[in-house]
Amino acid sequence: MTEILRAESLRKSYDGFLAVDGISFSVREGELKALIGPNGAGKSTCFNMLTGQLKPTAGEVYLRGARITGRPPREIWRMGVGRTFQITGTYRSMSVIENVQMALISHHRRLFSFGPRAWKLYRGEALEFLRTVSLEDQADRPCSVLAYGDLKRLELAIALCHRPRLLLMDEPTAGMAPSARIELMQLVADIVRDQGLSVLFTEHDMDVVFAHAHHIMVLNRGALIADGSADEVRRDPRVQEVYLGGGTLFKEAGDA
Amino acid sequence: MAFYIALFLTGLANAAALFLVASGLSLIFGVTRIVNFAHGSFYMLGAFIGVTLMQVLPGAVGFWGAIALTGLAVGLIGALVEIVVLRRIYRAPELFQLVATFGVILVIQDLALMIWGAEDRLGPRAPGLRGVWRIFGEPVPKYDIALIAITPVILLALWYLITRTRLGILVRAATQDREMVGALGVNQAWLFTGVFGLGSALAGWGGALQLPKGGADLLMDFNIIGAVFVVVVIGGMGSLPGAFIAAVLISVLNAFGVAFLPQSTLVLMFVVMAAVLIVRPYGLLGREEVAGEHGQVGAPETPIRPYGPRGMALTTLLLALLAALPGFAEPFVLTLVIDIVVFALFAASLHFILGTGGMVSFGHAAFFGGGAYAAALLVFHTETPMELAFLFAPLAAGLLALAIGWFCIRLSGVYFAMLTLAFSQLVWSLAFQWRSVTRGDDGLINIWPADWLNGPLPYYYFTLILGVGGILTLRHIIHSPFGYALRAGRDSPRQAEAMGIDVRRVQLVAFVLAGMMAGLAGGLFVFSKGSVFPTELEIAKSFDALIVVFLGGVKTLAGGVVGASFLTSVEHWLTRLEYWRLLLGLVIIALVILMPEGIVGTLRRLALRLRRSDEEVSR
Repeated sequence: MTEILRAESLRKSYDGFLAVDGISFSVREGELKALIGPNGAGKSTCFNMLTGQLKPTAGEVYLRGARITGRPPREIWRMGVGRTFQITGTYRSMSVIENVQMALISHHRRLFSFGPRAWKLYRGEALEFLRTVSLEDQADRPCSVLAYGDLKRLELAIALCHRPRLLLMDEPTAGMAPSARIELMQLVADIVRDQGLSVLFTEHDMDVVFAHAHHIMVLNRGALIADGSADEVRRDPRVQEVYLGGGTLFKEAGDA
Repeated sequence: MAFYIALFLTGLANAAALFLVASGLSLIFGVTRIVNFAHGSFYMLGAFIGVTLMQVLPGAVGFWGAIALTGLAVGLIGALVEIVVLRRIYRAPELFQLVATFGVILVIQDLALMIWGAEDRLGPRAPGLRGVWRIFGEPVPKYDIALIAITPVILLALWYLITRTRLGILVRAATQDREMVGALGVNQAWLFTGVFGLGSALAGWGGALQLPKGGADLLMDFNIIGAVFVVVVIGGMGSLPGAFIAAVLISVLNAFGVAFLPQSTLVLMFVVMAAVLIVRPYGLLGREEVAGEHGQVGAPETPIRPYGPRGMALTTLLLALLAALPGFAEPFVLTLVIDIVVFALFAASLHFILGTGGMVSFGHAAFFGGGAYAAALLVFHTETPMELAFLFAPLAAGLLALAIGWFCIRLSGVYFAMLTLAFSQLVWSLAFQWRSVTRGDDGLINIWPADWLNGPLPYYYFTLILGVGGILTLRHIIHSPFGYALRAGRDSPRQAEAMGIDVRRVQLVAFVLAGMMAGLAGGLFVFSKGSVFPTELEIAKSFDALIVVFLGGVKTLAGGVVGASFLTSVEHWLTRLEYWRLLLGLVIIALVILMPEGIVGTLRRLALRLRRSDEEVSR
């Protein structure tokens, strides 16, 4: 498998505080890879540097060999990288399906089109994406009344609109009921398998991570302490120290 | 050298009142998030109440006692305004409260006229500080020196209040996160009332303290409010030391400006503000406004749809009525409708960037007046045919919007608003002071339409077609992909950027479009009146448009148009009365309290409720 994303010595410091400390890793085509670590380990910071929301202090990011370090998010998106956020950022004044249509309008480069009615554009296509995440029943509800778990699924539908080759999901199942979490990740795993796209995701629920991830990276205090298959990571003594020695995260995941 | 020092001291002395008023505004904004347009009115009240009290109370004790009492009185009035008016509308959409404060301005103007009359009052000299001291041979009024000594004391006292007392802790906490303060069991209502009262008291003290230098008159409120906003923004919203530095900076610059470059005085502070904001977008000592920090106030906007058959039928009916109007209406009605259509187009263009784009502009008059002046200048100086000059109005306004927008869209929220205000003041001062080209406040006159349009009837249809056409075009764009992209950038800039939308470019295009439409309205305006004056570029003109957008309903599509029609009609009837400002102010305040979602928003809610109860009955 060829690699689609590579990070080299990626580093971010805030006023002397080192949030991410020179980490290097890669994501391969068709891979479902998890980035785990305790709260404050630097997972979101790392994600934000990959998709352009943050400029790294040092280091480089390559997408299929092309350097994308410091490019604005919209350009990275156009290069085929999708992104969902830890705190969802949908358009509250639009209906569910219009949120998807918005992404399609952008994908089809119709943003500066003044003629047609936007709500008629790509409606069928948008409905297909909603069907993928089982939201078609709620297509015409205002987005502001959706339950949180449904918003997360909507975000996934939106992120799939430009047929990304790589999808970065920051805590895709946070705030969802346990059964819904498994269901959503199963859906993601199916998409990865069917469409051959790669997914990098962060997650606190270890059941979800170990059930679905092909490979797992562990981040602790800004440093990458493990990168390998589920079994390798599980047996890694340093990971055991961070998780079991501290004894917080496996329990936390069960409570949440 | 001595002359420079004297100028410097004059500037420092002038900073005293400015700092007092500005610190009050900053405090109120920080805690309640209200952009208090009426702050200048409290300053004016301070001056008038101060004069009256000083006449009653004798001697030095009387003079300083009167100043102290004035602050308390104005503070009480401020608290009363907060309790009676503002407290009812905190849940309304963001910035809606400024409409209410605009109503308060009008009410206070007429009340002051009733009580104190139209004559300017000279302030009494301060007992014991009547003469001058010679500093390096230059005379400096003793009272100026007293003011220079007082200002740091005020800063220190305020600083102590904010950083060392319990009230100060609450104020700072509320400035950061008022929801949290509420959740911690603080009675927010009284905190807001207290802060509003304190802020008003500071304005009152400012008004009373400047009496020996300036006196009291009925134009003080509008004259100071621009400077006060500038000071607060340069210093950084919510920062007292920032307001102090900015007040000194502006006052000293102004003193030198008066001496060396008198033409610059109108615009100097706005140039400084624009420069500061371009370099430091959040003022000298302000901090960045974190997106979503203030939370979404009120219900979220509901998804939009073009009118269904019923809405289309009603609109068609209304347009048919307007088209048939000349058949039976009196001439003055036609003039009124022309005014309404022009203002409605102007308001709709502001509503386009404000409602759909989330960009609150305080300087939209620059494009209305800019368009009017562009056409008028061509006709006046080069005798360009009207048709060509008219086309130039939206074109020039669009270019102006491109230039101004390029600087402004990098900012957001109140800072965006203030930078647009600064630029519109620049344009205004150009029209006002570049006499050789614009004839200053004599205005440009004899700007009449071409022969085939000259006459009430042809021009009525001309305005109707272009005005309504402009409004419908804007509405169409709101429903187009571009309109959706604009709304996406408003709802969640992060998400929009993460799906390939260049939010700033979308906003700039929208800003230019709105500028062009405002310019079109300006073009229609200038040929209907035959003249244009700098008043069309004033702050008051920008505020008029803002008021009607909020009054009509920001979160509705027809808000701007309905608000403009309503206000133009009401003004038309009320201005015949002697105290029309008082009445208009009361009407605005009543509307704000009764219809916190604006006219259209509230009517829509009522209609929804009716429909729902119908359904329940039929079930």
